[in-house]
Amino acid sequence: MKKRQNRSIYLMLIPIYAFTIIFVLFPILYMILLSFLSKAEVWGVVKEVTLDNYKKIAEPLYVKTFLDSIRLAAISTGFVALLGYPFGYFMAKLSKKWKKRMMELIMIPFWTSGLMRLYGWIIVFRSNGTLDQVLMGLHITGSPLKLLYSYQAVVVGMIYALMPFMVLSVYSSAEKMDWTLVEAARDLGATKFKAFLTITLKQTMPGLLSGVILTFVPSMGMFFVSDLLGGNKIVLVGSVIQEQLTKGRNLPFAASMSVVLMLLTTMLISLYKRVTGSGEMEGLV
Amino acid sequence: MRKNSKLANLYLALMIIITYIPIVITVVYSFNESKISTVWSGVSLKWYQELFRDRDIREALKNSLVLAFFCCSLSAIIGTLGAVGMSKRKTKINHMIEYLATIPIMIPEIILGMVFLAVFSLLSIPFGMTTLVIAHTSFCIPYVLLNVKARLAGMDESLEEAARDLGATRFRAFIDIVLPLISPAILSGVLLSFAMSFDDVVISIFVTGPRVNILPVKIYTKIKTGVTPEINALATVLLAATVCMIFLSGWIGRRAGRLENKEEEDEKGN
Repeated sequence: MKKRQNRSIYLMLIPIYAFTIIFVLFPILYMILLSFLSKAEVWGVVKEVTLDNYKKIAEPLYVKTFLDSIRLAAISTGFVALLGYPFGYFMAKLSKKWKKRMMELIMIPFWTSGLMRLYGWIIVFRSNGTLDQVLMGLHITGSPLKLLYSYQAVVVGMIYALMPFMVLSVYSSAEKMDWTLVEAARDLGATKFKAFLTITLKQTMPGLLSGVILTFVPSMGMFFVSDLLGGNKIVLVGSVIQEQLTKGRNLPFAASMSVVLMLLTTMLISLYKRVTGSGEMEGLV
Repeated sequence: MRKNSKLANLYLALMIIITYIPIVITVVYSFNESKISTVWSGVSLKWYQELFRDRDIREALKNSLVLAFFCCSLSAIIGTLGAVGMSKRKTKINHMIEYLATIPIMIPEIILGMVFLAVFSLLSIPFGMTTLVIAHTSFCIPYVLLNVKARLAGMDESLEEAARDLGATRFRAFIDIVLPLISPAILSGVLLSFAMSFDDVVISIFVTGPRVNILPVKIYTKIKTGVTPEINALATVLLAATVCMIFLSGWIGRRAGRLENKEEEDEKGN
């Protein structure tokens, strides 16, 4: 009896084990291996272990790329947290009916193609685009602002693309919050602000942190945002990897960049797990 | 205490309005007669005509739907079975596989793209639909897996045990008891997977073949070459489809909710 039960469980687990080992574990190990090889003259790799790729990453040019990417990701994440936290928090306080409506309003843009949403910003930002027309029409500015292909445009694009992750994370932890604690704090004489800092913020911290990770991690690799809104002026890790693959045909170097990027993000995620003491990301599903 | 101030509600409204600005502008300009999106020269449907005449786009749409269908079905099966199997036995190795399985959504997409590009060339799998399906399935499984896992954690195990005690086979108990209970979670995981697959540019660019066109990649190259109202029209059509899907899933959710409530009432009645 016990044996048969075991067998059916093993059968259920075979597909996910097989898929994960073949298409997740193996590729990642292969990437790590590749990162220690070097590029062959034409296409392919030389089978000789070397640290050259990592030495190359330590060159100022690539260090700068990493720092620039981290900076952009940090700026975007900061804005997303600042704008998204109150959004998710206030949303959790709405009535049931409005919560549902809000959720639908957030999900519609979240589900439409991310590219399409960026495309909307191109129309808004481009020279003589909607924003220029409005500002010039109101006589706030005299000439087109040339916002498209600027750093600001990329930041706006990032914030816009990543905001839903933050809102949903914060919302899901604010939803679960024990509001009686806030009331208790207030009854005991805490000011609204103090009650927020000591009770609310503490209870919604897992949501906020998981939102930060869900924003920060993808923003390190979203080369298409800086590509479309920044016009290739800002070089990010993502763009370098893409370029090395498509134009440079340097698989090992792209692999080593990816390994470093992956280490960075894994560190962040384990930091999150350490801080919140749980393995689950809030609001991911 | 649990009520928003006027200011808070104003903030929510403002954020929603900002969210919709680029979307509304995209939709409005899709009806613009002029090719230059900064000039308004009258209402016209000509960009929609052009869109529907565009063979490439139709082909890309078809491919994207086929791709989404395969990767959603695969991830639904693999993810659900995995979540159910793992819930029965919480061993260390299961835990590790679960962690590995969720890696694709934890790391920046570009890494996944590069990794698959490398591995598919190593294994010399020809780039095309197969590689796309594998790559997309890898980042769709986590959504199903995590959704179903969360649902199973909140499920009353005694129901399944009761069915088994009453003589149902393991398979029967799974089909009659467990599956109906976790189906909303499977569905929402699949819907999320669909959205992600339909939207993915970064990974697809690396694993698509020269002859297989899919919608996000097509749109990306089109936007890169310049703004044309045809893309506005396409965006509007996709938006409409999304709205329909969200309402549909909401409707299914409400129906499932009603069914559940009814069952609860029945239980009370008995």
